[in-house]
Amino acid sequence: MTPLLALEDLTVHFDTEDGVVQAVDGAALAVGPGEVVGLVGESGSGKSVTALAILRLLRPPARVVSGRIRFDGRDLLALSEEEMRSVRGAQISMVFQSPRTSLNPVLPVGRQIERLLVRHGGAAPGQAKARAVAMLREAGIAEPERRAGQYAHQLSGGMCQRVMVAMALATNPRLLIADEPTTGLDVSIAAQILELLRDLGRRTGAAILLITHDLGVVARLCDRVVVMHAGQTVEWAPVRRLFHAPAHPYTRALIRSIPRVDREIAMEPIPGAVPSLLAPPHGCRFAPRCDLVRAECTAHIPLREIEAEHRVACVAVEGR
Amino acid sequence: MHFPLRSLIPWRAPRLVHAVDGVSLHVDAGETLGLVGESGCGKSTLARCVLRLIEPTAGRIRFADTDLTALGDEDMRRRRREIQMVFQDPTASLNPRLSVAATVDEPLALHTPLTAQARRARVDEVLEEVGLGAGLRDRYPHQLSGGQRQRVNIARAIASRPRLVVLDEPTSALDVSLRARVILLLGELKRALGMTYLFISHDLSTVRYLCDRVAVMYLGVVVEEAPARELFDHPAHPYTRALLSCIPIPDPDAVQERLALAGEVPSPVDIPAGCRLRGRCPLAQPVCAEPVPVREVAPGHTVACHLV
Repeated sequence: MTPLLALEDLTVHFDTEDGVVQAVDGAALAVGPGEVVGLVGESGSGKSVTALAILRLLRPPARVVSGRIRFDGRDLLALSEEEMRSVRGAQISMVFQSPRTSLNPVLPVGRQIERLLVRHGGAAPGQAKARAVAMLREAGIAEPERRAGQYAHQLSGGMCQRVMVAMALATNPRLLIADEPTTGLDVSIAAQILELLRDLGRRTGAAILLITHDLGVVARLCDRVVVMHAGQTVEWAPVRRLFHAPAHPYTRALIRSIPRVDREIAMEPIPGAVPSLLAPPHGCRFAPRCDLVRAECTAHIPLREIEAEHRVACVAVEGR
Repeated sequence: MHFPLRSLIPWRAPRLVHAVDGVSLHVDAGETLGLVGESGCGKSTLARCVLRLIEPTAGRIRFADTDLTALGDEDMRRRRREIQMVFQDPTASLNPRLSVAATVDEPLALHTPLTAQARRARVDEVLEEVGLGAGLRDRYPHQLSGGQRQRVNIARAIASRPRLVVLDEPTSALDVSLRARVILLLGELKRALGMTYLFISHDLSTVRYLCDRVAVMYLGVVVEEAPARELFDHPAHPYTRALLSCIPIPDPDAVQERLALAGEVPSPVDIPAGCRLRGRCPLAQPVCAEPVPVREVAPGHTVACHLV
């Protein structure tokens, strides 16, 4: 299967007053057509920076140092800004964390979708309005005609996020990147939004790259998972395999550290602290906290396939 | 400790926001009571009422043998030595101009007769207890990580050896791995110091881990209350069951069906008569428009529902 999106060896640095923040170090991931891939990691793992890099939304002091982002046969990093603009919003869309601040506060929400449609040729100007209302309805918003005329501040957080999802899917993109789309939303609303993403994704055939720190969401929604730690990709696997046979010590520690609502468990926090990205350790950035650490861990550790579709960046793991 | 109270926050006369409506709860010494619910349920308002940061409109808050609502300002201030609070945002809760030591010292200076030397020793002791170590005493909040800041908040809350600590979403603003550490810390302190906690959270897995009993709130009322394990293993109220079904389980093979509640939470200004979940509950019957009885479905397990 040729991936729709394939990221290789992505390295992003931020030039700050305190020095160079090595935010992403040789990251890799792939998303197949129509697939739902979870990109998991804690804050500082580089997952959001990676998403912004894919959409070429990074600005100074951020700097893409190296890497290839292959989308539909083209390297996005090699495109001109003009070419990229026809990709962004049309072929690859994004849904961000805080829906209310992502929406334009001075335009009614319906108009925001209409503009997008007209710009990317999703609809002729005469039809855009009707199509925008249809998208709002598909996104589960009741009374869509009325809501289309409202402003972001008149809608609840959950409704704003539905508008964002409607906007993101209005142009029928091949790939939707959702960055922590349910942060700050109540549990029941969050569940609705995630279901909406999954159902609309299936219906339109869009692939979804879902960025989250919530392993529960990953388990229920994703086909495959990519785990990042301190800017590095440490593991990637089909979802069942990741939960039943996690290989990387960080992944295993992460799974052991989450409390469960469905059973009594002994929760074990991950020892140590996330390393500073200003002066990160050489080689594997989890090594200083890892109980399987050895001398080779200070060298660059590539992702190695240990089983079909299961890759790990760790020298201590057996297989192939 | 016992608090029956009704709190109505005036919003714009004559409309009132019924933030908390006729809630009765009790927390026994050494116990951890979890208070859960989504936004607008009234749990944070209730927490603030316990410390009289918000004045209840009606009702009593009995702490040990005293009715806190009947106390004058001076007496209430003295009582605050025994009831402390940890808030959600670790950064907003800390005075950026006070060092860690100064922050933790504040309640000691205000509420205890300890000498400066004794206070210094207590500050160091408490910093060790929360896993920060006396070495960080001269740092300022901006020099600390989010997890460390929250530990400072906890240190400050336990410094005067209060009998009750109210925690309002203490881990929501923290990252996944920090959350685990703070929860474990709270558990250890509970065991080591015999702390009593009123733990408010929307994060049900954390509540399961930490709490002995749990009360579920919806739109200003308690809909269900039970020992923690009983609540999670045998939820009875439709709202509790719907809430639990929404939490994704980190197991791709788990069978989990989401119980959907129609619509969104109604405004706490115009509250429907009878059961407040009526408009959204898939089981709603005509009888649900009547005042709701509270039934005991198992030892210590009460539910406010007509149909259970």
